[in-house]
Amino acid sequence: MNSVVFLTLRKLRAPLLILIGVYALGITGLVLIPGVDEAGRARPMSFFHAFYFLTYTASTIGFGEMPGAFTDAQRLWVVVVIYLSVIGWAYTLTTLLALTRDSAFRVAVTTSAFRRRVRRLSDPYYVVCGYGETGTLVCRTLDAMAIRFVVLDIDSSRVNELELHPYRGDAAALTADAKLPENLLAAGVALPFCQGVLALTNDESANLAVAITVKLLNPAIPVLCRATQPEIEANMASFGTDHIINPFRLFGEYLWDALHAPALHVLIQRLTGLPGEALATESPPPHGRWIVCGYGRFGREVVESFMREGLSSTIIDPDPPFPERQHGFLQGLGTDARTLTEAGVADAVGIVAGTDDDIANLSIAMTARAENPRIFVVIRQNLQANRALYRAFGAGITMVSAEIIADECVALISTPLLARFLHIAERQDEAWATSVNARLEETTGGTTPSVWAVRVDAAHSPALARALAGGEAVTLRHLRLHPSDRQRPLDCVPLLVLRSGEPIVLPDEQLPLARLDAVLFAGTAEAQRLQSLIARNSRACDYVCRGVEMPDGWIWRALARDRARGSAESHG
Amino acid sequence: MNLEKVIFAFVILLAATLNFGFVYGDIDDPAHHDIWELFAAVIVNLVATVLKLGDRTQVGAVHLSTSLVAVLQLTAAALVWFFAVYRGGQAIDPSRMAAIVSLSAGALFANVVSVALMVAETVMLRR
Repeated sequence: MNSVVFLTLRKLRAPLLILIGVYALGITGLVLIPGVDEAGRARPMSFFHAFYFLTYTASTIGFGEMPGAFTDAQRLWVVVVIYLSVIGWAYTLTTLLALTRDSAFRVAVTTSAFRRRVRRLSDPYYVVCGYGETGTLVCRTLDAMAIRFVVLDIDSSRVNELELHPYRGDAAALTADAKLPENLLAAGVALPFCQGVLALTNDESANLAVAITVKLLNPAIPVLCRATQPEIEANMASFGTDHIINPFRLFGEYLWDALHAPALHVLIQRLTGLPGEALATESPPPHGRWIVCGYGRFGREVVESFMREGLSSTIIDPDPPFPERQHGFLQGLGTDARTLTEAGVADAVGIVAGTDDDIANLSIAMTARAENPRIFVVIRQNLQANRALYRAFGAGITMVSAEIIADECVALISTPLLARFLHIAERQDEAWATSVNARLEETTGGTTPSVWAVRVDAAHSPALARALAGGEAVTLRHLRLHPSDRQRPLDCVPLLVLRSGEPIVLPDEQLPLARLDAVLFAGTAEAQRLQSLIARNSRACDYVCRGVEMPDGWIWRALARDRARGSAESHG
Repeated sequence: MNLEKVIFAFVILLAATLNFGFVYGDIDDPAHHDIWELFAAVIVNLVATVLKLGDRTQVGAVHLSTSLVAVLQLTAAALVWFFAVYRGGQAIDPSRMAAIVSLSAGALFANVVSVALMVAETVMLRR
């Protein structure tokens, strides 16, 4: 706001000075040159009359000569003054109009409007830097979860796209370079409602700059950064960036999970997918010899996973490899049948099409399938625009880095407890994962469950906190009862209880809750809704805990308490 | 030497001196107070105000506000003059004159503050 006013005033300085000068000159002349009245006596013009005359003449309204007809000497002067003043006004107006077209002025106007919108946000929000493919996915998911966000992007066309998208919460966005601290401050990274910053731009050094800036300006909030280059990753880790998201590494781990522990892989898929959607029934990738086309950042992670699992792989890449990997290497693209045949496509169990060119990847996969119809295809999709092509092809596993990053961000933001649970799950064996899968299958069937956390404190679940403070023994089983019919269980499973920092995995139903516990549940969206009723509404809470409807209001409650005491005494 | 600074200091000082010249004399004697001097004071004060526009600093803001006060007081004085003339004919009675002069004396005070600020700023810069 301030900078807009100051910019306007500064630009208007010269035209205003000229106007004042012209008026002063005109008034002086008119007062000095005497008029003549009807009787022929000299009639000097007063300052007020001169100012009045000039006001309507300069603005080209022109009421006529006053107080009487002018002498020729007066008219001569008026001619000079009219030309001067019209030029003065024209100059002022054009300056003012030019100002609204001025890019610096426009930036000042939009920036100050953005700043004001961010300051006025009164809900927790995240700052998203970069509204590309990943940023778009993240923003849409955050919006679906009713989490507010503020967007910075260097490209004005992407910001326009965001403004056209019908978001439920109104999303503030600014075309600005997220690398610059002042822009991050304008986006409110240092304000109390800011919950975290997501650096998702294509430019990894920009992500690094965002991470450093936020760590210095507001160390308390988490920073989630996208990074694929090892040196940038190491740099981010060196100053304590909270979450470094490398889509290629994540996919490598994902592939290894799928090869090594199919049940665990299904469990992770189930818990991190978008809630309510049908569970993808992927067949696990087979063991045997693989062909990997493209040995870049992606190919390296994939080959790493194969080696970890003890599988051999043949690499096809246009660039010469490291000397130590000389044996299983072929120079070429892999898009032609000859190279693939040479790599032994006929007896390979699977092929990874992992170049950074979507059309090349599809060509590789289609050629391989033509040569060997039973081959398992893992394919990398680079651009969201080619989604329809990939869907039509129907690979065994499609790797979309934007989706991997978005899923990871959303999982970290929405339920940090889930990350903890998954971390523990990765250290369990297959039988354990199979049993958890079976329990989830029982409650939610073939759809992806919602995953949520219940925090037992006065702010998040007032009814539970009150019941616990009143000495009520609330157990996990109570949280799984229908708030209007105790006989019906809710479709949800407690996965983890975090008690004073210590995790209790797959807790027993009879575990009594304690204050400040955090419980991770997976189940249907309906169960989540009903359970939040138990946590917030005292009547629902009393009902599931004791099986009685507590009366409403202080007087009725007091009466009910008296009655209960009376009956207890008569029994005693 | 900076031409912009010279002009700035010149205008501010001129605004104060013109104002002082108008105020100087017996407060209720119309013969001691010339309308041309009031006119010049108003114009120069307006120019001074415009010159101070668009400065973001704290000192700049105070500068601007002193000028705004001076312009306001002088405009009030000019309005009193206007009503005195158009109600009572060409001659101004002493009580009206006293009102006009005291109003412009208020403007003079604001102008003196402005000059003092300018001097203080210059001295601080020297150090």
